[in-house]
Amino acid sequence: MAATADSPPDFAPPPSFAKPAAPKVSLRERLPSIDLRPALVVARRELAAYFATPVATVFIVVFLALAGVLTFGLGNFFARGQADLVAFFTFVPWLLLFFVPALTMRLWAEERRSGTIELLLTLPIATWQAALGKFLAAWAFCSIAVALTFPLWVTVNLLGSPENGVILSGYVGALLVAGAFLAMGAAVSALTRNQVIAFVLAVVVCFVFAVSGTPVVTEFLSSRTPLLAEAARSISVFERFNGFVRGVVALRDLVFFGSLIAFFLFVNVVVLDHRKAD
Amino acid sequence: MAALIEIDRLTKKFGDTTVVNDVTFTLKKGEVLGFLGPNGAGKSTTMRMLAGFLMPTSGTARICGADVVERPIEAKRKLGFLPEGAPCYPEMTVEGFLGFTARVRGYRGVEAAERVSHAMKLADLEAVRLQPIEILSKGFKRRVGLAQALLHDPPALVLDEPTDGLDPNQKHEVRELIRRLAPEKAIIISTHILEEVSAVCSRAIIIARGHLIVDATPRELEGTGQTLDEFFRDLTLNIPAFGF
Repeated sequence: MAATADSPPDFAPPPSFAKPAAPKVSLRERLPSIDLRPALVVARRELAAYFATPVATVFIVVFLALAGVLTFGLGNFFARGQADLVAFFTFVPWLLLFFVPALTMRLWAEERRSGTIELLLTLPIATWQAALGKFLAAWAFCSIAVALTFPLWVTVNLLGSPENGVILSGYVGALLVAGAFLAMGAAVSALTRNQVIAFVLAVVVCFVFAVSGTPVVTEFLSSRTPLLAEAARSISVFERFNGFVRGVVALRDLVFFGSLIAFFLFVNVVVLDHRKAD
Repeated sequence: MAALIEIDRLTKKFGDTTVVNDVTFTLKKGEVLGFLGPNGAGKSTTMRMLAGFLMPTSGTARICGADVVERPIEAKRKLGFLPEGAPCYPEMTVEGFLGFTARVRGYRGVEAAERVSHAMKLADLEAVRLQPIEILSKGFKRRVGLAQALLHDPPALVLDEPTDGLDPNQKHEVRELIRRLAPEKAIIISTHILEEVSAVCSRAIIIARGHLIVDATPRELEGTGQTLDEFFRDLTLNIPAFGF
């Protein structure tokens, strides 16, 4: 800054002005690892791929049909005589337990089998961006399937006056359960090129996290190692989900699902990178 | 002139098997390297390490100075890579697929569209641009892979069997394309077809069982008094002479 001798010192620019202004791109250059755009590009392609194949139709139709059958049949939706969606939310996590692995089994396994993984991972994106993109697409797809159960919500509003806040929190819980299962299934899918193995293993992993809080498991554990029983209850996805169904959106449950998803996405990236190094 | 592709003591082991063993060479702008070797010699593995799909067990490679191990994303930006078999997402249209790779590479809007149409023109894909890739013939699929590799006009090109599965006319076109691109780029092509080396390459490297055994010009190879075929067979069948 060329300040002339006679200019009053008060008008001297603050010292920080003397430095050249940082170019706008500098943040992205310094922190290339937090660029989400490639992940979103991957997510968009993935989501379009669901709808370009019969996967989307079959998945959504069968999911909705089963949700309806279970809610009205086994759930005694009408006989309960209450305007709520508890009958529906009782079965949703069990449906997700099988439907989500069916969705994730092809996530990496198919890319490996068809060789497109070689294309995807040689594009200039970080492994985590590819993994996050795939996860987000699958999650968006699951959200669409779950959201399409809205006629149930319309029905209870026509029949009575339900607490819509509780129903909304139930839906949030269902999406978080779907997200957790998706992250687990995706990580398992990265391990193998065989889709059947990917499906079965994903169901097993999801099942362990699903039922670890049920009385059968915790009573068995608490009679021997109480500490393990406590741990098992605290990682139980269904246990947390029940809170949402009752209308309780607790921060610790949100943190739980957030960390569970982040952890399995991390495992996913580690598995992919490990297979690169082999 | 600085080398565009530098391979520095590159080694890859799968378990106890050494697939690529201490391979070193560099490639300058304007060079077209024919990468030869029998099946399983380590050609694809070397190329996959260059493209960042596999991590070397030891040694490294640099694309335009960017280390593929330490700065993989930067290296990948400078490289156009055609994987073996030219895998593409089958349900996408040609234009949709190239648009996807353009956006992943950071192009947006008009620039992305221009890149895609230029790449389609280079690989002669305009006639099929709206068709899903899965219904295309093998030759077209290969050209979609080529278009993807050329889209961002990279200074370095690594093409794994670019003419495999093409009919003679298409082979000729791809070779013409490579020749046209050659002055501005460093290009590695792997091939089984020895005549291709004399047709487009300025240099030939033969590897067998992971070892680099010949680095010469096609003319020098022919100057041995044998046909290329005989020379190749002699070399790659008599590996024990190289200390195994």
